[in-house]
Order: sequence, then structure tokens, then C-alpha cells
Amino acid sequence: MATEGQAHPISVYLKIWILLFVLSVFSYMVDFYQLQGWLRWSLILIFMFLKAGFIMAIFMHMVWERMALVVALLSPMVAVLVFIAIMGYESEYTQNSRDLFFDDGKPDKVWAVPHGAHKSDHNDGSHSTGEAH
Amino acid sequence: MNDTSSTSIKPLPDGMDGLTHDWASDQRAFKGVPWGKAMMWIFLLSDTFIFSIFLISYMTARWSTVVPWPNTSEVFSLTVAGVSVPLLLIAIMTFILITSSGTMAMAVRSGYQKKRKQTAILLLITAILGTSFVGMQAFEWTKLIMEGVRPWENPFGAPQFGSVFFMVTGFHGFHVSIGVLFLFINARKVWRGDYDTGKRGFFTWQKGRYEIVEALGLYWHFVDLVWVFIFAFFYLW
Repeated sequence: MATEGQAHPISVYLKIWILLFVLSVFSYMVDFYQLQGWLRWSLILIFMFLKAGFIMAIFMHMVWERMALVVALLSPMVAVLVFIAIMGYESEYTQNSRDLFFDDGKPDKVWAVPHGAHKSDHNDGSHSTGEAH
Repeated sequence: MNDTSSTSIKPLPDGMDGLTHDWASDQRAFKGVPWGKAMMWIFLLSDTFIFSIFLISYMTARWSTVVPWPNTSEVFSLTVAGVSVPLLLIAIMTFILITSSGTMAMAVRSGYQKKRKQTAILLLITAILGTSFVGMQAFEWTKLIMEGVRPWENPFGAPQFGSVFFMVTGFHGFHVSIGVLFLFINARKVWRGDYDTGKRGFFTWQKGRYEIVEALGLYWHFVDLVWVFIFAFFYLW
């Protein structure tokens, strides 16, 4: 039992601790200086993954664990990534639908579907404005 | 727990060979890991899925809404001495949680060195830092509720903002609260010397061991880990 413990020099923890502080300051600065667009998103993600990686690797001792445990814990994350991709696609579709049909009552936009096949059937009536809601 | 390496004469292989060897052997797969720690890891894996689903539902709500999402930089700003500082409270909460993670890591370390008092004090500091985190979150909730944020509406923009905020931060805050509770319980047990004498726990009736501190540490670091993702995706994005 005595050999099963995780014993590491305290300097490792202190270094990671300081590093996490610095990375948190950096990610806070992203907001403080109001960086926008791709620069903002990529910086947020980089700092986030660095912080998460250091916490898992050092504080949670993952780099010192055997591969059987590491693989068992990290491989299910593929399912999470697949779910993110599915729901990203789904939300894109939902937003496009809402843009098309939840309009603020402008008929031309409501009926601006790519096919345009049923345009003449409905666009003459005034009720199309109300139908959008 | 039995010694795992006594049945095999050769030393355990590492890397890919180690992976197949460990899983193929008719014993336990997670060698050199106390069962409590392995179970904690499995629990944290399931918890990862819960928080992933929360954040994915947040992503779906935010990407599919046609109403502008509230500007979190302004919603969570605090006015200090007449100056509005964006995300000030959230930044302080982040630093407190990281600090508590550091003290927790050191508590695990002193636990394995059987330094009873040092471990108990570090656990106590971690618990107090965790309590202050929950306190700040309660303040933040109160502030937002006073400003009219509800799970179904808010004055800043997309109505889903409120439900996502209360659900995600509420579930995380609940995790922190449970962690604080167990930190206090374990600090008391360590201080009393339960993990030196092997005194049995009042609930599980398992013998007290310093490995328990590491399992608790894993939970606490996980809470910090989740906050890293919430901070990035909910507050900064």
C-alpha cells in the first residue's frame, strides 16, 4: 500500500500553481482589453486547454498514472466531441429556420426560401405576416 | 488490498504493451491505484459527461437564438470606486479556486508523507477558500436576481441566458458546496488521527487511509477543472 501513493516534489506543484495564475491573468486580459473575433476565441481556447491540461496532468497526477487508467478516462471524451459536432450542426439548422420563419413580419423575408416554388400561392394574402408568428 | 505485482515475475510493461497487459490480465485493470481513487475517477468521468451536456446545451441555445446574447462582460461587471471593472468578481472567484487547488495538492502531498497536522491545516484552508467561493457565488446570484434575471427572462438579451446561468453555475456551485462539506469532514478526521490509526469511517465503515485525501483531492481539482471551462465558455466567450 505504501508504494501506491503519489509522491512528487513540492516545487512541481508550486510551479504549476504559479503557471495557472499567470494563465488565468492572461485569459482575464482577453476580456479586459476587449479583444474580439477569432483572436478572442482562439486565445480563450488556448488558455483554457493549457489550464485544464496542467490541472489534469499535474494536480490530478495523470502524467504519472499508468496508461490503462489514462486511456480509460480520456477516450470517452471522443463521444463528447461527437456530441458537440452534432449539436453544433443542429443549432446552425435551428437558427437558419428561425431566421427564415420567425421574422418580424416582413413577408419578403418569410417567403425567401431557396426553392421559391410556393411563392405565388401564398404571398398575395396579407395573412402571411401574421402567420410568421 | 493485495500486492498486485506478486503474481507476475516480470516487471509490468509500459505504454501500449502495458495497456493490453493490464486490461487482459484476469485481475484488476487499474494497477497501483487504490480502489477508492479508481472509483473517484470513474465518478468524475460520469460527472464530466453531465457538465459536458450542460455546456453543449448552452452552446445549442446560444448558437440557435436569433436574439442577441447578453454581453457577459457588462452583466458581470462590478463598480469599484466609481469605475466599472468587467468580470471582477468572476476573476476573483477564479483565483480563489486555483489557490484552493494549490493548497489541496499540497494537502495530498503532506498526507502521503503522513504529516497529520500539516495535512489537516491545508485541508482546512482549502475548505475555507471553497466556502468563500460559494459565498461570492451567492452574492453574484443575488445581484443578478435583483437585476431581474430569471430562468425564463432577463433584461439583457436572449431569455435562455438566465436558465443557462442558473443551471450551469448552480450545478457547479453545488459541487463546490459538497466538496467543502467533505473537506471539513476530512480535515477533522485527519486532525483526529483517523488516517494514522486506521479508524473506520462512520458511513462506509472502511478503514481510514491517507489515500482518501487523494481521492478527495481529485474531486476538488475536478471542480476547479470544470470552472476553467465555465469561465472560458460562459463568462469570456
